[in-house]
This record gives sequence, C-alpha cells and structure tokens, in this order.
Amino acid sequence: MLEEPIHMTTDTRDERVRAVPTLSRLLARPELGAVAGALLVFAFFAVTAGGSGIYSAKGIVNFLEISAQLGILAAPVALLMIAGEFDLSVGSMIGFAGIAIAIPTLAWGWPIWLAVLFAFAVCGFFGYLNGLIVVKTGLPSFIVTLGSLFMLRGLTLGIMRGVTGRTQASGLHEYSRDDWITPFFSGQVLRTPVAWLADLGIIGKRADGLPMITGIPMSIIWWIALTLFCTWLLTRTRFGNWIFAAGGEANAARNLGVPVARTKITLFVFTALAATLFAAIQVLVTGSADTLRGNLKEFEAIIAVVIGGTLLTGGYGSAIGAMFGALIFGVVQMGIFYTGIDTDWFKLFMGAMMVTAVLFNSYVRNRAMRNR
Amino acid sequence: MTGPVLELSGIRKTFGGVTAIEDFSLEIFPGEIVALVGDNGAGKSTLIKIVSGVHPPSAGSIALDGQPVVMSNATMARMLGIEVVYQDLALADQQAVYMNLFLGREPLTALGLLDRRRMIAETEKLVKELDVRIPSAHAAIRDLSGGQRQGVAIARATHWASKLILLDEPTAALGVAETARVEEIVRSLKKRNIGVLIISHSLDQVFRLSDRICVLRRGKQIGVRDTKATDKNEIIAMITGLKQG
Ligand SMILES: Nc1ncnc2c1ncn2[C@@H]1O[C@H](COP(=O)(O)OP(=O)(O)OP(=O)(O)O)[C@@H](O)[C@H]1O
Ligand SMILES: [Mg+2]
Repeated sequence: MLEEPIHMTTDTRDERVRAVPTLSRLLARPELGAVAGALLVFAFFAVTAGGSGIYSAKGIVNFLEISAQLGILAAPVALLMIAGEFDLSVGSMIGFAGIAIAIPTLAWGWPIWLAVLFAFAVCGFFGYLNGLIVVKTGLPSFIVTLGSLFMLRGLTLGIMRGVTGRTQASGLHEYSRDDWITPFFSGQVLRTPVAWLADLGIIGKRADGLPMITGIPMSIIWWIALTLFCTWLLTRTRFGNWIFAAGGEANAARNLGVPVARTKITLFVFTALAATLFAAIQVLVTGSADTLRGNLKEFEAIIAVVIGGTLLTGGYGSAIGAMFGALIFGVVQMGIFYTGIDTDWFKLFMGAMMVTAVLFNSYVRNRAMRNR
Repeated sequence: MTGPVLELSGIRKTFGGVTAIEDFSLEIFPGEIVALVGDNGAGKSTLIKIVSGVHPPSAGSIALDGQPVVMSNATMARMLGIEVVYQDLALADQQAVYMNLFLGREPLTALGLLDRRRMIAETEKLVKELDVRIPSAHAAIRDLSGGQRQGVAIARATHWASKLILLDEPTAALGVAETARVEEIVRSLKKRNIGVLIISHSLDQVFRLSDRICVLRRGKQIGVRDTKATDKNEIIAMITGLKQG
C-alpha cells in the first residue's frame, strides 16, 4: 500500500514502477465476497450436514445442477448489469421458450431440433426488442423489462391455452429421444472417466452396485463454458471493454465513439438466448413444458450476480463472481434439504445472504481503496 | 511559416431564436496556444462543440490545414485529428488508465483480442513524456486525484490528436498545485506542434499559458490580442463590454 497520497509527492520515479501490492489487488476483485461466501456455506453444510451425503458424488452433481441452471442465466445477466441495465424478463422468457419448443413439436409436428432453433430465434428477437426499446426511448430497462415480464407471461399463457387448451405439455421425451440435438442439452458427458473413478472407489456405488452417477450433466458443462466465454469476452475483447464503458459512463463512452446502443442491445439478445438455453435444457431433461416455468428466475439471477460482486449501478463486476453466486445458491438450496431444515427457510436464507454479501463486498472494496 | 492548422471564418450558431455565436473568425497555428475567454454564457463551449463536430455551424466555414471540412459528428472530427478534453472529462471511472486512453479505439492483436501489452506500453511512454504523475497505468480512474484525472484526459487527447486539442476549462475543479501540473502538461503540447484552444475563466492562467487571447461577449467576437501585447485590464474591459475590440 502506498503510504502517502500520490498527488503530493514531488519525486515520482519510484512511484510509477511501484505496483499495487498483490493482496490489495486481490481484495479489490469483485469476486472476493462470493468466493468467501461459497467457502463459508461449504464449511457450514460440512458441519451441519456432512454425513448426509451432500458432498458425495451424487450430492455434488445435484447441487451443481441447480447452480448450473441459475449460472447459465447469471453469466449473461452479469454482463448486462455491468453494462448498466436490467433484464427482468428472463424468467418469463424461460416459460415462453418452453412452449416455443413444445407447441411446434406437439401441435405442428416439427422435429425437436427445429423447434429448439425456432425458440432461440423468437426469443432472441424478443431480447432485441427489449434492447431496442430501452436504447431508443431512454426509459429505464427496469421498467421496460418489467413490462416484458408481464407481457411475455401473458403471451405464453394465451398462446399455450389457445393452441393446446392446457397450461402444461408433457410427453416430449418421445420426440426428443432420437433427435441429434438432445444430447447437447440433456445428455451427460465424461461417462468414461466417471466410470473409472467409480471403479477406483472414488465415486460411491448405489445398493445395486451401479455407480451413484453415470456422467456429468450437460447443464454443468454449459454453465462453465458460458462463464468462461463471458469472462473471456469481458477481459479480452474490445466488446468487453465497451460493456464496462457503457455501464460506467455511458455519455463519456459515447463521446469517445463507443457504440453504447449496439453493445446494450446485443446484451439483451444474449440474456434472452440464455433464458432459451435454460428452457431447452429443462424441456429436454424433463420432457415437459409449463407456462409457469422460470417464475422468479430473473430475481434469482440478479441475486447471484450481485453476490458475485457486480455493482447495481453498472461499470463494475465479473462473470466468475456470478458463477460463485450461483454456486452458493445451489449449495444452500440442496444443503437446507440435506440438513432436514424445512425448505421454506431457503428464501429467507438467500435474501439475507445477498444483503450480507453486498455489505461485505462494499466494505472490502472501500477498505481496499482507502489502503491504496 | 506554415499555414494555420485551424481556420474558422464567419462562424454563426443559432439555437432556435437564440444566437449563441455570431460571425466568429479565428486562425490557430501549429504549436500555438490560443485562449478563449468570456463571461458565462458567452458561447465558448458552443464554439468548441462546433469545432469538435458536435454542433454543425448555422453559417460559416471551417478549414483544417487549409482544406475546408464539414463535420457531421464528433467521430468525424476525431478522425480528422481534433481531440477534446470535455468539461466533465469523459473518463470511465472504474476502468484502468490505459483502458481510458484507448477506449473506443482499442488496439487489437492479430487474433482480434485486446492488445493490453501495447496499450500499457504506449500509456507508460506517453505518461512519462507528458510527465503526468499517476501511480501506474493500471490504476483505476476513481483512485486518482482531480489533477491526475485531468492529466489522463489530456494524455488521451494528446495521444490521438494530430492537429488540434480543445480544452474546456481544464483546471476549473483543481487546486493550486494540480493546476500548475496541468498547465505544465498543456505547455508541453507546444513541442508536439499541435494547435491548442483553451477555455479558461482564470485570467492569470490565460496570461501564463497562451500566445493569443480571443474574447467573446454574448456570442460576439470582441477581439483577438497577442498575449505579450496586452494586459489584464484590457482583457477584462473587453470581457465586460467596457471596451469594444
Ligand atoms: N443545445 C443548446 N440549445 C439551446 N441553447 C443553447 C444550447 N447550448 C448552448 N446554448 C445557449 O448558448 C449560449 C452560450 O452557451 P455556452 O455554453 O457556449 O456558454 P459558455 O461561454 O461556455 O459559458 P460558461 O462559461 O458558463 O461555460 C447560452 O445562452 C446557452 O443558453
Ligand atoms: Mg462552458
């Protein structure tokens, strides 16, 4: 840490080469709170539910799957929030994407792969509209996407009831089983290494002698891949730089020739596509669609992103942080289940966790800054 | 002697019924610092916005290096080698210094990725040349003092300007020591053969820095003086309307 305010020094040769100390730099990372929080909840459930199997291969995959679903949303939502905007419509978008896959398959006889691509296209377009309206009208995205939240849910219910007369659709497995696109969303990977580990006794076996898990679900792979992609985008590309600039000082960025509008619209499309990915995984894994799917996911994603250290005001944050936010979410949800506490308490816990994480993040950030 | 880098003739700007600038003509030569002074609302910022392509003039012509130009937006002015240090600086607070220097014009590697190494190297070189005292090219803008921020904004303008830098009240928010630092940086721009147009409300500063002083009063150009051939009293008289050019 520097001992004196920098602007008061007269000789500055040494100052220029002196790097900000590693510890202080680490403390200033946005992810710090989420990583610490994750360690904390891991430790907490190791003590309270250690013997219940939450950290067995099966338990780990279970909570990772929950985390993965949320994390798939959280990574693009983090980018959007860094760019200074909200998307409250992702939850409704999940419901809509679900029926956009189910209806063409069940009612129109389309192959699943085409229905999935159709859902991506339509939802991507809705995301584009969200972005366009925000950018063109200058209205807060909170308001615009709050409107979309209701409109999309209404549209989903109306279309689904109109076409099928019901609010749910099941039996999609029959159509998806042999489709080439299915393994990308509901399949498992790494089956061979998992089998080896089971043979070695590292992964436990069930009573019938089969390994507890047979592979890693694709959703977890998507989650990790999407987080890495978003991190790469943020830190390595020009577009990522524009995301930070758009959220920090939109006016300044515009003055300097950063295409702020285009950047934001792209990110709205991205969150809509992530919601569709979420829906595609859910539909193909469960074989069903429901007009109420995705309810409250928009807020869960925001919670994960905020726990991950992204500022609500934009201009600052990380996708890795959102990943840890989603991880905490999954661990706590499963952990509460494994400890036998009534799962009704889960929401209380997550809400409190978020507020604590934000307080912790801002406290550490302020400390780290003052120490410089 | 080389010709003027910027030549404004008969510039006029009206906003609806308000005439913000009326028949303004000025030449700025390479390596010259011209100060633009005048009371609040005299039209100084408007003039800078015209030269930087933000507002098109209602009448009159702009020439760069003798070539007439019509600038329809700020990007075009930037491409022509004109940079502005805005009153609000236009820096991205959470971003590192080197990112700010290249924001919107980031150099890329052969793979199309951000070329951080080059940005950092060029930032360090420039910061050293201009003697902008910042802790490091990696420092975030929010951690810098007002003077350091101003230094970064000027460094950015310097890096990209090939012809002209426009400064809108660059030291308005700064203390004495920081003002002195910024003035030194502005003075060092002369060596780069760039024309500088600086708006300032501090006459002391204007006399310390400028080669010529141009006075605006309620949108009218009262006159242009060689700094060496005039004094504060005359300039004050021109600003307040006691004396006509
Ligand atoms: N976009 C605009 N629309 C309408 N009127 C404007 C606009 N911009 C400036 N004006 C008017 O033009 C006049 C000159 O304003 P300008 O900002 O150029 O003054 P200034 O000399 O920079 O003043 P200050 O020293 O206070 O910064 C003012 O009367 C102002 O109200
Ligand atoms: Mg002004």
